[in-house]
Amino acid sequence: MAWLRKLATTLPLAASLLLVACAGDGGGIQSQKLAGIKSRGTLLCGVDGKLPGFSFVNPDGTYSGLDVDICKAVAAATLGDGSKVDFRDVNSSERFAALASGEIDLLSRNTTLTLSRDASGGNGLSFAPTVFYDGQGVMVPKASGVTSLKQLAGKPICVESGTTTELNLADRMREINAPYTPLKFQTGDQTYAAYLQGRCVAVTSDRSQLAAKRTSFPDPAAHTLLPEVLSKEPLTPATVNGDPGWADAVRWTVYALMQAEELGITQANIDAKLAEAKAKPNLADLRRFLGVEGDFGRLLGLPADFVVKAVKSVGNYGEIFERNVGMASKLKLERGLNRQWTQGGLIYSPPFR
Amino acid sequence: MAAAGPALTSAVTPWWRNRRLIPWLVQAAFGLALLVLVAFLVSNLVRNLTNAGLLLSWRWLGNPAGFDISETLLPFDAGLPYWRALLAGLVNTLRVVLAGLVGATLLGTFVGVAAFSSNGLLRRLARVYVELIRNIPLLLQLVFWYFVVFLALPGGRDALQLPGLVLAKSGLYLGWFSDPLHLVWMGPHLEGTVWHAPLRITVEFGALLTGLVVYTAAFIAEVVRGGVASVSNGQWEAARSLGFTPLQTLRRIVLPQALRVIIPGLNSQYISLAKNSSLAVACGYTDLYSVAETTLNQTGRAVEVVLLLLGSYLVIDLLISALMNGVNRLVQIRER
Repeated sequence: MAWLRKLATTLPLAASLLLVACAGDGGGIQSQKLAGIKSRGTLLCGVDGKLPGFSFVNPDGTYSGLDVDICKAVAAATLGDGSKVDFRDVNSSERFAALASGEIDLLSRNTTLTLSRDASGGNGLSFAPTVFYDGQGVMVPKASGVTSLKQLAGKPICVESGTTTELNLADRMREINAPYTPLKFQTGDQTYAAYLQGRCVAVTSDRSQLAAKRTSFPDPAAHTLLPEVLSKEPLTPATVNGDPGWADAVRWTVYALMQAEELGITQANIDAKLAEAKAKPNLADLRRFLGVEGDFGRLLGLPADFVVKAVKSVGNYGEIFERNVGMASKLKLERGLNRQWTQGGLIYSPPFR
Repeated sequence: MAAAGPALTSAVTPWWRNRRLIPWLVQAAFGLALLVLVAFLVSNLVRNLTNAGLLLSWRWLGNPAGFDISETLLPFDAGLPYWRALLAGLVNTLRVVLAGLVGATLLGTFVGVAAFSSNGLLRRLARVYVELIRNIPLLLQLVFWYFVVFLALPGGRDALQLPGLVLAKSGLYLGWFSDPLHLVWMGPHLEGTVWHAPLRITVEFGALLTGLVVYTAAFIAEVVRGGVASVSNGQWEAARSLGFTPLQTLRRIVLPQALRVIIPGLNSQYISLAKNSSLAVACGYTDLYSVAETTLNQTGRAVEVVLLLLGSYLVIDLLISALMNGVNRLVQIRER
């Protein structure tokens, strides 16, 4: 029987060695999700769908916005084509279930990164880098004369259910001892409809979202944001916890958009940059970043030129920001915290090395 | 010898042709298969939840909820645990279901009986009402009642004011004795732009209740109409020849007989009403489903929360059913 025991101990060892050998041989990270997306040929991306600047359906039926561009960049990186995205509208209370059940591959829906959402004992998500640093604000009609949070004591406030804003509002109002009536709605549309009908004196959400929604009001100038910022809201794309390979692919695609801005690579000059990298072997950093040399793509289970494909389809992070929510858009938001780290902001890509 | 014959044949009947044994065996086999299936599903659930690190746990029920609820009968604030929030939601659900049952029964009975009115206008109105309401989805009706009807009410100073009663955008305010012993009357009063009164029905509750009552009453009206129609015309004629007025006939002769047909149909309408109340979130009312949804989102405990929801609605509906079955036994014909 000794030989049997010996076999029992050596067999798994041999098998695992064989596996390691295979992995080293060029298979890269074996991500189930990534394999699934490649065989399906489209990326299922969960977005809000009703938030100007972030994800919005155009009159011609196409989607646009900052969140939408992240989906497109990931589709371009994984499938080589930024248009191969199947957008799914998810509301704030069903988004995590949609991700957990596999109905969507990627959640790019102005979702705040929090401990309880990240932890496997909580919602168990895996977060990519933050794509928009936001804070919670409160909007009131100018005519109401309300100028501070304290004046909202005893008044009804509209809020979307299942959001961090709902909890932050409860916390802040308790802190300042101001009892209030929270009116909760399942969707943003209902929340803002009730606010516009005058059912609530104020509506609370991320400041960027308030600014975005205000652009679609009948009279945007009649509404103003209170000076208080209630919380930190780092809006971050997320994937399921169980697939680190897929999470890495998404994470580094987002970083690539940020790194591209830092390197001055834009949608317009990407081809020129690529030609330059191919022509000059001494530009090692650029060559590695654009996949001319090295194996960054293979390490992530992506094509070697995933950065080129992503930037070509939506531009770098700065371009995405300006086009959708920045000064070039209706929202006219300042870059603020969302500037590159070199300009005093928080957008910082770790090195592509 | 004649008696021995069948005994002999039954002794040699093989078991697979035994007409008493076979049904038992089939039942047992089916029961066993069902048991195996359930065991497989449960073990599959437990295994997958364990793998995902989400094995059923109820400890989160004791954690502070951290969110507020707009209207509650039980005192509640964000510092209280999740189970208190869910309980507050359950009480809110029961409140609207009970009020809805009473309202829908009254309106439904009225419309159902109106279908037999000698007044042609009333008769036709009843038909139009039933056909219009029961063919439009309830969710749509709730959104209509809330956003189009109730939120269009004037608010603040412009609210509709009657002595002791104010109907504003935020709800219906009623005056009442603030000190019942000394009969100190307190009417609705305005503080800034917000109305205050001893008794208040919020516009969210009002919209949900109106929606549920109007919708369910259309179905109840049909049940009542069917019940009344099942009583033969001869009963009406006999009552009239005995000198009963139409109202007396209805109350003393027709309805008692019609109830036998009406009650079972009513039972399912009541159950639908209780289940439909979970659409409350469409008009901003914080019912059990709304609280559960927020809880699910904050805790990530989907399986536990959904189990609680399933259990709660099941218990509510079984209670309604048991109650109605009791009523049904009371109105059945007792044969002597």
